[in-house]
Amino acid sequence: MIAYIIRRTLYAIPILIGINFITFGLFFLVNTPDDMARMQLGVKRVTPEAIEKWKAERGYDKPLLYNAAESGRRFLTETIFFEKSVKLFVFDFGRAEDNRDIANEIRTRMGPSLALAVPVFLVGIAVNITFALGMAFFRATYLDLWGVILCVAMMSISSLFYIIGGQYLVSKLWHLVPISGYAEGTDAVKFLVLPVLIGVVGGIGAGSRWYRTLFLEEMGKDYVRTARAKGLAESAVMFRHVLQNAMIPILTGVVVVIPLLFMGSLITESFFGIPGLGSYTIDAIQAQDFAVVRAMVFIGSVLYILGLLLTDLSYTLVDPRVRLD
Amino acid sequence: MRALLVLAILAGGCADVWNDPYPASDRGKNILYSAFTERPKHLDPVQSYTEDEARFTQQVYEPPLQYDYLRRPYALVPLTALEVPKAVPARGGGVVYTIRIRRGIRYQPHPAFVPENHALARERIERLDSPYQLPTGTRELLADDYIYEIKRLASPRLHSPILGLMAEKIVGLAAFAERLRKFDTRRQDWLDLRKHRLEGVEKVDDYTYRVHLKEPYPQFVYWLAMPFFAPLPWEAEKFFHQPGMAEKNFTLDWWPVGTGAYMLTQNDPNAKMVLERNPNFRGEPYPAEGEPGDAAAGLLAEAGKTMPFIDTVVFSREKESIPYWNKFLQGYYDASGIPGDTFDQAVRVAVGGEVSLTPEMQAKGIQLRTSPDTTILYLGVNWLDDVVGGASDRARKLRQAIAIAVDWEEYISIFLNGRGVVAHDPLAPGIFGQRTGRESINPVTHVWKDGRAQRRSVEEARALLAAAGYPDGRSAQTGEPLVLYLDTVGRGPGDKPRFDWWRRQFARIAVQLEIRDTDWNRFQEKIRKGSQQLYILGWNADYPDPENFLFLLHGAQSRARSQGENTSNYVNPEFDALFERMKAMPSTPERQRIIDRMVALYRHDAPWVGGFHPVTYGLSHAWMLNGKPNNMARNNLKYLRVDVDRRAALRAAWNRPVLWPALLILAVLVIGSVPAVVSYRRRERMAAR
Repeated sequence: MIAYIIRRTLYAIPILIGINFITFGLFFLVNTPDDMARMQLGVKRVTPEAIEKWKAERGYDKPLLYNAAESGRRFLTETIFFEKSVKLFVFDFGRAEDNRDIANEIRTRMGPSLALAVPVFLVGIAVNITFALGMAFFRATYLDLWGVILCVAMMSISSLFYIIGGQYLVSKLWHLVPISGYAEGTDAVKFLVLPVLIGVVGGIGAGSRWYRTLFLEEMGKDYVRTARAKGLAESAVMFRHVLQNAMIPILTGVVVVIPLLFMGSLITESFFGIPGLGSYTIDAIQAQDFAVVRAMVFIGSVLYILGLLLTDLSYTLVDPRVRLD
Repeated sequence: MRALLVLAILAGGCADVWNDPYPASDRGKNILYSAFTERPKHLDPVQSYTEDEARFTQQVYEPPLQYDYLRRPYALVPLTALEVPKAVPARGGGVVYTIRIRRGIRYQPHPAFVPENHALARERIERLDSPYQLPTGTRELLADDYIYEIKRLASPRLHSPILGLMAEKIVGLAAFAERLRKFDTRRQDWLDLRKHRLEGVEKVDDYTYRVHLKEPYPQFVYWLAMPFFAPLPWEAEKFFHQPGMAEKNFTLDWWPVGTGAYMLTQNDPNAKMVLERNPNFRGEPYPAEGEPGDAAAGLLAEAGKTMPFIDTVVFSREKESIPYWNKFLQGYYDASGIPGDTFDQAVRVAVGGEVSLTPEMQAKGIQLRTSPDTTILYLGVNWLDDVVGGASDRARKLRQAIAIAVDWEEYISIFLNGRGVVAHDPLAPGIFGQRTGRESINPVTHVWKDGRAQRRSVEEARALLAAAGYPDGRSAQTGEPLVLYLDTVGRGPGDKPRFDWWRRQFARIAVQLEIRDTDWNRFQEKIRKGSQQLYILGWNADYPDPENFLFLLHGAQSRARSQGENTSNYVNPEFDALFERMKAMPSTPERQRIIDRMVALYRHDAPWVGGFHPVTYGLSHAWMLNGKPNNMARNNLKYLRVDVDRRAALRAAWNRPVLWPALLILAVLVIGSVPAVVSYRRRERMAAR
């Protein structure tokens, strides 16, 4: 297994270089270093000298991909791409364009993101599986039918609607929790109740339908019929056999997103004033802060690759037939 | 079920507040609650230049002068200075300003004033969450601190947006900047500006300094009311330059050090920024004079009392307007603007244009204050463009036709809910030089009728268009339809009604309008290269002087030719000559005559084909006192007072938790699950079939 992990880790390097290259290309396709300087220096009284100075200080005065004025290795190394990319691989993210330390920001914002994402993730899985098991249990009955209709209806509603509607009902009309904001420690609970609730409710439709499909597929297999034939109660069939055997596809979808929980939620964090990494990424995109965008895309890629690796490893835990060689 | 309903009714009557976003420990404290949308980029006074930042920096930093809080038109009064300095002629055609500062002013408590804190181990810095965890000290404000800040304008490590301007004005500043640039080769060392002499700034004694200008520049005193000229203690720069500080985001750009009424003690620009009363603040009397109506509005009730009145100001970050607005209505923000989509909920506009609050707002005791901004948004014409630009009679008539056809009154009504004033000249309301009444209107576009300005008819615009060589919107020579291009910065699909409106305005005179919707950077690039035809842009005043608006049309400031602020690239030798005369004059009748002539030239040439001045609508709760919009000054927090008890009582009354809907939903879920449970149990007991 160790050899497998090492091999997958090595595979990740070219993938990360590629992702970094694509991010770089996409960003500079629509922005020039001059645009970035103007964005940071403001609108009024920005002189060409100030722009040149800003670019020189941050290394944006060099060519993007190749430096025709240099020779040898410097042909490639004296470029914006090389200088901005290499440090990422040792997780040195540098400074944002507003001069704040990116690593410090990420450390600070990781907590609020996880405080929101982890409960949504865990409670969401529990609720979705329960609901899906219920629908599968009552398959082909009116309960199943109405459950599916409810799921489709819930899937069809925009997540923004859940957020605005939830804020309107729970916070504005009923005054049960603050509309937005965040606090550290246990004080965070009152701010997280509503976004977590909305996150869970908003995910029920898609999640439950997906799990229902998995469960129904398992329920049609021979071992389930055998279990029933030997007189097992339906609950025992569902929980001890169907659920366990449906774990591989469930893990495929679930484990891969665990590392991404660090990245936060873009919309929810913005609407609820939660100072997490999702909010940070949105701010950076709006401010054309390439340093932050690049760092967040890189971290997201690393976490996604990590998630895929964890998914593969988790197969070995739930299915003894799987071997990673 | 009956028990559940009783429980719900009881819960509905629960009196405690559950949705308070602030800690329980804050209740009853003298705190003002506000919000910010955009995180500030710079809090260093030499770099900060936006309003978002000024609302923090101007509470902390004290330049020598400030704007009178109540009086209008805007007037400068001393802040740390003993008086508003006067320009004294000097040799070589220059002038000298001598600034005398008050004795005994002390800085806020700050670790920079403790010498031991200048040699901290990196490990100790890494353990800090805030610089204020270190021992703090203070010292007296000296003239050296003002001089140090002026030198910082030229620091090669900083980006002062006014360096270019001030290098043209302050004697020796340009050469000083160049010397520093050559000297500053070791960025890891602190650049001690005390060791470098700036010719144009001279210390007379510990409380007096002089600034030498190359030429008369009466607007210089306005700059002395901005944080660019606030004092900066060298100790602060040295303290923050220590290794490890920047990695913790401990920099002057994020932790200001000043003598003002407040000090920034918590700076998390992602969530919350907190200003607390500076315990070393000398105290300042609330103004005793205002403009007519201020006394009746209760704005002079605190005259002579020592400010500030509020202990702490908490700014929470609200990126979205809906939560911000709803929290204001719940009483968790003391003041708010009016988001566009909630305007009808807050304000009623009568047929005659009178503005009042809706009954719902009135019932809450909310107050509405309106104030025209010292800002102009205009539809500009590129003077370099072959079709609409230039001084030819044909192009001028075409521009005048457009100026009549674009109905700015309608624009303000439709898109701004009436929150704007049509611009008849480049000057913002309240600025010296702007006329009132009949004299204020642009005779090219309006006539004075029934005691008010009325836009000229479309027929007159069509006649001008025909005289320009485009009868019925077609070229008299080629018969081709006239197609014009408007460059603008799009904000998304929501812009469509606005774009349609623009097309309709031009269609009124049979001109086709193509809208080039682009992003900000591309837009700026076009303006920089002078490749736009028509465009929309704005200007927010730096100071209340006509020079700060009329320079936007000064030929020497052409954006395409010299990267100046004249984005229309307008050139008129007479206008330019008048500007050169007017800019350094005091506000006398002679200056008014010159401005009148410049405005007449502007109206005749029409380099901007109309525009408007936005009007700010601000709401505040009844418990917030002494609030008055001031477009020039942002150091307004020290004037405000909060009636804490009233706020607490109203918040409690407005935010009683309503539990019955939640209990009802729970009951529905429970009842709804009964068939499933019954069915499940039946299945479990069912025999195999």
